Amino acid sequence: MTAASQLTGHWLDEFSKRLACDPWLKDLRERAFARFSSLGFPTTHDEEWRFTNVSRIARATFPVAGADTLRIYPDPVRQLTAAEAAAHLARYAAFDRNAFTALNTAFLTEATLLLVPAGAVVERPIEITFETQDATSAHPRTLIVVGADAHCTIVETYHGAGSYFTNAVTEIVAGDRSVVDHYKLQRESLHAFHVASMQAQIGRSANFSTHNISLGAALTRNDVGVVLAEGSDSTVNGLYIAGGSQHVDNHTVIDHAMPHGSSRELYKGILDGQAAAVFNGRILVRKDAQKTDSKQTNKNLVLSEGAVIYTKPELQILADDVRCTHGATIGQLDAEALFYLQSRGIGARQARSLLTWAFAQDVVDRIKVQTLRDSLERILFEKFHEHAEY
Amino acid sequence: MPLLEISNLHATVADREILKGISLSVNPGEVHAIMGPNGSGKSTLAQVLAGRDLYHVTSGQVLYDGQDLLSLTPEDRARQGIFLAFQYPVEIPGVSNLYFLKAALNTIRKHRGLPEYDAMDFLDLVREKMKLMDIDQALLNRPVNAGFSGGEKKRNEIFQMAVLEPRLAILDETDSGLDIDALRAVAGGVNALRAPERSMIVVTHYQRLLNYIVPDFVHVLSQGRIVKSGGKELALELEASGYAGLGLEDAEEVAPV
Repeated sequence: MTAASQLTGHWLDEFSKRLACDPWLKDLRERAFARFSSLGFPTTHDEEWRFTNVSRIARATFPVAGADTLRIYPDPVRQLTAAEAAAHLARYAAFDRNAFTALNTAFLTEATLLLVPAGAVVERPIEITFETQDATSAHPRTLIVVGADAHCTIVETYHGAGSYFTNAVTEIVAGDRSVVDHYKLQRESLHAFHVASMQAQIGRSANFSTHNISLGAALTRNDVGVVLAEGSDSTVNGLYIAGGSQHVDNHTVIDHAMPHGSSRELYKGILDGQAAAVFNGRILVRKDAQKTDSKQTNKNLVLSEGAVIYTKPELQILADDVRCTHGATIGQLDAEALFYLQSRGIGARQARSLLTWAFAQDVVDRIKVQTLRDSLERILFEKFHEHAEY
Repeated sequence: MPLLEISNLHATVADREILKGISLSVNPGEVHAIMGPNGSGKSTLAQVLAGRDLYHVTSGQVLYDGQDLLSLTPEDRARQGIFLAFQYPVEIPGVSNLYFLKAALNTIRKHRGLPEYDAMDFLDLVREKMKLMDIDQALLNRPVNAGFSGGEKKRNEIFQMAVLEPRLAILDETDSGLDIDALRAVAGGVNALRAPERSMIVVTHYQRLLNYIVPDFVHVLSQGRIVKSGGKELALELEASGYAGLGLEDAEEVAPV
């Protein structure tokens, strides 16, 4: 049997069938496919993929089809021209070391390429919704360039029905002094595979936040990367909820490249059944990044004996005048809190639901888009809220 | 018929016997104070009555309204009218005080065959009870006890008691950590809830609280037993002579563990 990492033949067939594209993309796509072919799929021998086995994805032979994409972008947001896009595309989400990013770039025929003009304050969110069709693979690509001093909110939603593979890459450029809030809601089918990379380049004194919510998919891998400039501020939050035999892997890299940057990272996970989760949070403080202030927290609530969590902070600090803290917790529901709720008449099951819901609420409360927060609250309510039966 | 009848109650925690044969009878409308040095078993008694599973009852019986209390889950005890004001109220981030209290009240009302309160009825009730406890509305919108001061937590306990209207309230060291103003406020709230059909067990180390909540009976607990019972004047006697005057010391000092 061929090693899973070598299973690139299906993708060569697919690539050969889809050579047609805008001329400016041709070279990029070809280089990306060549890179994918030589990298092959990662294996668990690869440190970055140690706890996430993607052989199920490698063995799948879903034909490539574009995801049904709904894009809502309010004025004055507009599409990037080819020349504008070419200056940024694939610069932040590099494909030289990530096979999935290379694969996405190889199939880059239709992308969401948007510009938020400098100085624009866009109140309504830019909403992009991807629906991958059953028994297909989709490689959605998004590039959003936010001009200097602009304010905007971006909401990405991924969903679908059946068994399929979504392999998304999103690049965001936040201009100097811009304020950008990014949200990604992943509610794929429980039989789907979801791999996504979000790479953000943050300008000087800009304020960037990203919130990564993973609810669906049999297997999820998120790579989130944020590169900060001088004085920029970034919030990197996540919530993952997994049960059954779901597997969810979050790898984050916050790169403090310049001085006076600050970052706050909070990832929370709720695991039930035989679910497995990986959190790997890398914080890099480069030599020039003096006065960096960085804090990372990963909290996990484990509701069953069969669930597993691998959590690992990775601090790489090359500057000497910085403040970096990190902490990870893995715990069960607090027995004292359960008893407190029960002593007020709330049934044991309802008390457990309420405390689980409350654990997630912490991240939900930080979501500023009302419609997204409402829909997430509704989802969590249905997931966790069991009414007392007695 | 007594509302609560405890007979020869023995309980252990981690195989160590804490309660060594407690008997106590509480009639409707009565307020009983349970005093005693540290480690005498006061808080254990309160927790056992509320159903904390950390403690194991090894023998004895507790009848509440004529039925076996010890076979009931904590939530069923609460639904039947037992309320424990915690010595250390638990912080629950992510759950608002109001949401929590509405869920609790409606579960109890449902159990009693009463219609559940909608949001408006509930808010009316809450506003009425807020005045009683002089509690800040902002506190109610915050997560349960999260970031509350010691005084705010205790006030919140009594506020919950006012909303839930129990038949038997057990106050576990409600005075601990309170300054005199907070103590007065909390005691005022408790006194407003005294009623002919409502009984209370007030657990305290100090006599001070009993100046404000005047009990009908005082029991002195030492090493897991009631060693002396009397009227309210017993508390004053203790105040004058101290536990040492009765030959009682803190358990930790007598038998270090």
